[in-house]
Amino acid sequence: MNNQLKKQSAFRRELYQRAILDSFVKLDPRWMVRNPVMFVVEVGSALTTALWVQALFGKGEAPAGFIGAVAIWLWFTVLFANFSEAVAEGRGKAQAEALRKTRQMTQAKKLKAPNRESKYELVPSTALRKGEVYLVEAGDLLAVDGEVIEGIASVDESAVTGESAPVIREAGGDRSAVTGGTRLLSDWLIVRVTANPGEGFLDRMIGLVEGAKRQKTPNEIALNILLAGFTIVFLIVCATLLPYSLYSVQISGKGVPITITVLVALLVCLIPTTIGGLLSAIGIAGMDRMIQRNVIAMSGRAVEAAGDVDVLLLDKTGTITLGNRQAVDLLPVNGVSAQELAEAAQLASLADETPEGRSIVVLAKEKFGLRGRTIGSSEGAPEGMRFVPFTAQTRMSGVDFDGTSIRKGAPDTMMALVQSNGQAVPPDLQTSVDSIARSGGTPLVVARNRSALGVIHLKDIVKGGINERFAHLRKMGIKTVMITGDNPLTAAAIAAEAGVDDFLAQATPEAKLKLIREYQSGGRLVAMTGDGTNDAPALAQADVAVAMNTGTQPAREAANMVDLDSNPTKLIEIVEIGKQLLMTRGALTTFSIANDVSKYFAIIPAAFASTYPVLTTLNIMRLATPQSAILSAVIFNALVIIALIPLALRGVPYRPLGAARLLRDNLLIYGLGGLVAPFIGIKLIDMLLAALHLV
Amino acid sequence: MNPYNWFQLIFYFVVLFLLVKPLGLFMAHVYQGERTFLDPVFGPLERLIYRLGGVRADEEMNWKVYAIALMVFNVLGLLAVYALQRLQGFLPLNPQGFSAVSPDSSWNTAVSFASNTNWQGYGGETTMSYLTQMLAMTAQNFVSAATGMAALAAMIRGLARHTTDKIGNFWVDLTRTVLYILLPLAFMLGLALVSQGVVQTFSQYQTATLLQPITDASGKTVTTQTLAVGPAASQIAIKQLGTNGGGFFNVNSSHPFENPTPFSNFLEMLSILLIPAALCYTFGKMVGDTRQGWAILTAMTVIFVALFAVNVWTEQTGNPAIAKLGVDIQQSDINPGGNMEGKEVRFGVANSALWATATTAASNGSVDSMHDSYMPLGGLVEMWMIHLGEVVYGGVGSGLYGMLAFVIVAVFVAGLMVGRTPEYLGKKIEAYEMKMASLILLIPVFTALVGTAIGVLTPAGQSSVLNPGPHGFSEILYAFSSASGNNGSAFAGLNANTPFYNTALGIIMFIARYWLAIPALAIGGSLARKKKVPAGAGTLPTHTPLFIAWTIGVVIIVGALGFLPALALGPIVEHLMVFAQ
Amino acid sequence: MFSQLKPALILLLIFTVLTGIVYPLVVTGIAQAVFPSQASGSLMTQNGKVVGSQLIGQQFDDPKDFWGRLSATSPEPYNAASSSGSNLGPSNPALTSAAEARIQALRAADPSNTAPIPVDLVTASGSGLDPDISVASALYQVHRVASARGWSDAEVQALVNQHIEGRQFGFLGEPRVNVLELNLALDDYKP
Repeated sequence: MNNQLKKQSAFRRELYQRAILDSFVKLDPRWMVRNPVMFVVEVGSALTTALWVQALFGKGEAPAGFIGAVAIWLWFTVLFANFSEAVAEGRGKAQAEALRKTRQMTQAKKLKAPNRESKYELVPSTALRKGEVYLVEAGDLLAVDGEVIEGIASVDESAVTGESAPVIREAGGDRSAVTGGTRLLSDWLIVRVTANPGEGFLDRMIGLVEGAKRQKTPNEIALNILLAGFTIVFLIVCATLLPYSLYSVQISGKGVPITITVLVALLVCLIPTTIGGLLSAIGIAGMDRMIQRNVIAMSGRAVEAAGDVDVLLLDKTGTITLGNRQAVDLLPVNGVSAQELAEAAQLASLADETPEGRSIVVLAKEKFGLRGRTIGSSEGAPEGMRFVPFTAQTRMSGVDFDGTSIRKGAPDTMMALVQSNGQAVPPDLQTSVDSIARSGGTPLVVARNRSALGVIHLKDIVKGGINERFAHLRKMGIKTVMITGDNPLTAAAIAAEAGVDDFLAQATPEAKLKLIREYQSGGRLVAMTGDGTNDAPALAQADVAVAMNTGTQPAREAANMVDLDSNPTKLIEIVEIGKQLLMTRGALTTFSIANDVSKYFAIIPAAFASTYPVLTTLNIMRLATPQSAILSAVIFNALVIIALIPLALRGVPYRPLGAARLLRDNLLIYGLGGLVAPFIGIKLIDMLLAALHLV
Repeated sequence: MNPYNWFQLIFYFVVLFLLVKPLGLFMAHVYQGERTFLDPVFGPLERLIYRLGGVRADEEMNWKVYAIALMVFNVLGLLAVYALQRLQGFLPLNPQGFSAVSPDSSWNTAVSFASNTNWQGYGGETTMSYLTQMLAMTAQNFVSAATGMAALAAMIRGLARHTTDKIGNFWVDLTRTVLYILLPLAFMLGLALVSQGVVQTFSQYQTATLLQPITDASGKTVTTQTLAVGPAASQIAIKQLGTNGGGFFNVNSSHPFENPTPFSNFLEMLSILLIPAALCYTFGKMVGDTRQGWAILTAMTVIFVALFAVNVWTEQTGNPAIAKLGVDIQQSDINPGGNMEGKEVRFGVANSALWATATTAASNGSVDSMHDSYMPLGGLVEMWMIHLGEVVYGGVGSGLYGMLAFVIVAVFVAGLMVGRTPEYLGKKIEAYEMKMASLILLIPVFTALVGTAIGVLTPAGQSSVLNPGPHGFSEILYAFSSASGNNGSAFAGLNANTPFYNTALGIIMFIARYWLAIPALAIGGSLARKKKVPAGAGTLPTHTPLFIAWTIGVVIIVGALGFLPALALGPIVEHLMVFAQ
Repeated sequence: MFSQLKPALILLLIFTVLTGIVYPLVVTGIAQAVFPSQASGSLMTQNGKVVGSQLIGQQFDDPKDFWGRLSATSPEPYNAASSSGSNLGPSNPALTSAAEARIQALRAADPSNTAPIPVDLVTASGSGLDPDISVASALYQVHRVASARGWSDAEVQALVNQHIEGRQFGFLGEPRVNVLELNLALDDYKP
């Protein structure tokens, strides 16, 4: 066994030990009452225990051994449910513990005034309040969440993200947010505190992963109502069974009335303990699965909503396309040769360090055999080159040498340049420009000495495999919308190539917000990712808003999830986790209720065997004795909780097959399975009990 | 079952389903306030009623106002029925000179008829004057049915509309239901029934001289037969159509004057399921997707056919205890065979079992054979139909709104299983809807089981029992189930005309009617306010065979889980005993 | 709530009158005009005297008459002023003893007949007023009636055959024999 595995299994052992301890701590009725189903079981356990004590003194309604066995297994039922919750919480707790350790000893250099020269005093991080300012220098831990107001530095955020590569944080712009608990590697920063102690990002994360502050989500509340409804029905069924039994004894003149122990056993077997016991574990595990994928959900509600998302807004750049456009073609005009154009384009781009510029050089080399020439040194490069960088005023770049000037730039700028030379724009230039634009590309016109040579076709490169991902989403019933600043023509072409369902071109923050509202007023749930401050309003409006961890503080505040990997396609996984969470709830509810049928067949004939022996016909499982029948049902009921903990934690797998197919599959597995499995399970337990002569 | 039986059954369903669409469509027009071909006849009357009542027909209500209007109207109706019974001795149209009905029986009957239960603790021909039968019974048959249908229409509007809090005007729904739907149908059916021999007269009871004088229980010689008659056809028509079920005569539609021929039997049976079935189409039409209506109708029909099969099979098999005596219970062309106790020869076994299944499925409660004398499993089917929540067709209006509560629960769990927070017809099903739907499912179980518990625990409850052994338990269980399902049929051996049963069943009928109608309206009100979510590939389709099967499963499972223990101690154990010997 | 009181009162009044008085009166008027006999109870008269209704059974226990179903009405059987079924459950010993009593009476009246007795003849009808018996039950009694009246079985059989009412429209309900009508026919019959 290697070290890694050893460490893991030690971790797991510790986790389980703690969970077992927690299972007992959670027996506190004040805690149990939050879960009506399991609370009923606990009350039943206490009641049967009391009956057992009574039986020990020889006044029992049934043999003490039987009552005791039922009581023990009822307690196990409660403990198993608590255990599932404790295990689900455990992993998060361990992570939270580690987080908490990093910050316990943090000291902060609190500044009197927000500048480097100001004096600072050392205070514990917990003394810092919102709006105050502190200084961090290389090697320091960042005390609390804040916004950089001065300085630039590299920060190790691995404590939060698990990512060891340092990131740059600087004042202003989109990289100004810092998180408490991370470490400054170089330079210094002045940070304004944005969260009071206990309210910071890390605190919320700790709270969430621990599950302590877990609020019940809306769907969980609705499901709880249904489960409470079932519980009440079965309470009535069992409570009224006593008078029915008394009357039956009276009219048949035979047998003894049903005992309280059996009634409690029947009640616990009938109420939906499987789902009731595992419900909170399912919820916590959903959050936990997000964390495992490096997504921090700010609320369980957000995870749940993720399953419902039906519109996904995706930024084009970085999500659908590679960050940069690339040159894919050169179209000469006005009788210029391709070679000539390629040479000019390459020369104009030699000093252009943007990815677009590099791609032009590469294209010229690959397609026209022009060797990549670099400034000055390389062969064939004209002497005395002077490069003209791109400026906002000229809106073009290029190179001057030997009285030749080569320029490249956007078509309208370049055409103006050509016309300013008194030349007419070549007719085929306009045609080429248009055709490139129509195909979704960006045309870049190259001119030598103010006369047009041709057009460079720059193209957005759609990420590999993205098409399949969208097809996948479509199968899930999710509509994808591409958001881009491009003009509609370009946007349409890229949308078609990537396979998104719709696009928003020339998007402004306002347009984005408007689009989200439109979808929402149509009853749809919208998810989006964002990182910039200008995304914040749209993020706040979206139902599921994922902020990139590299994003600004406002973006992270507005979102209800933060992706620590800053991977925009993570949304797909987030939606799947949401769906898994809901499916697990539905599947286990179905399973739980379907289980009841077999329990009736086990317990009813047993309970009334003395009054109506003829009812043994209903004992289709041929269980050994009335007592073994009842005990087997109770034991099965308790064990099934343990058996299903892995499923609750892992979640029911989601496959994008369409709703009808999913329902069919899950009904077969959890509905039919839930109907049949307990018949087998109870019979096996009964056989075991009989073989061991336990009853 | 011989070929004639098969043909009659198929004929019954063919006719029923042929009528579903035209009647359903017509009712959709009525509830959407559109003109119908009856406008020239009833339009002026409708407007006159609004003017007299001060009803602003174009002003719609939110669900709370709608519920208040419904309650005020029904409580007033209840008081009127009570008063008429107590005062009938002083009122005209009382040729037999019946005196005032006892307070507890009057209370029971008042609730019973206002709540569309039409449980009868009394025998009609020995208790009620013609005036009471007409003003109290017949009139309440109309308006209580219309109340249920109005509540359903309001709930459907809640599903069909979005982002509004208005779900219709109760007075308009009530008036249009009575004028355009119930009165014309009852009028046609009433006359058809008279043609078959159902009595419709205001004359006194007739006296016939017996062909053979007989002696009665006290040894007195009886030479005449008093034939109870009355304005029966008009009342029977609406009691069948409005899933009321309260008969003109004590034995309801097994009485030859109430149901004289196989054809009258066919018409009355058809009327039991006609409106509840057609309302499914109305529902589909109003929510803009008739497939949804057909889906629900299919679910209902599958449950119905399955349980009917059990019933007719067990009844045709007959009673081994009777067969043992050397009695021929084999069905043949000239012998109905099976279990004929409590059944009429003209209907035979198959028609009786069909009626019994339909009347309990549909919360009608009229009978053409005595349920108490059914074989244990036959009785179980009848009782269990009630236990399923009266949603297999169910009462007019109430059946479908009850079924929609089941559908909401089905959608909730199924929706989760496809990985979405659940929605039905584009409306999100959330905590509030679950709360109300749970109430609709829970309350009948509660009243039926707790009522039975009180019945079996108290001497007053026990002393009314006629049959010994587990069958006696079934009698009590049936009575409280019937009241809880607003059904009204009975294991009539139980003497329910006692202060205990009159009072207890009265309370339960009241709770079961209004504590279900109000949550149904609340669901409508809550759904009306919501946005409509457009359907997509991830949306759970609610009209597919799979979903229909799932809905059936939910109805069956909930019904089975709530009542299996009680049924085990009644009909199930009785069945095992009867066949063990 | 009070704003709804006025429409509630007025509409209740209107509908009570409309459906409780106008509707039954209209139906009665038309019924009495179009189907006067049916609407009044399908009465049968003999010599100007009402002898019963076509639709309501009467009690017969004389061997020379056909017997009908058992009737559980009280105080006397076939009390048409107080209809009632027996309501005996399938497991009730009273049900079997009532059947046994009927069987004994039938056997005593016709000891030579050992055929199994059709079930409708030993069970009570739902209404207690069932006018019919099954064809099998009529045929079962032919020999007894014939010997009690001193006629041939064939003559009685022929009368029974005349009184078999087939399924309505050829498929609805069960074939049956109206006991009162058959017995009236017996009394009228001149061999």
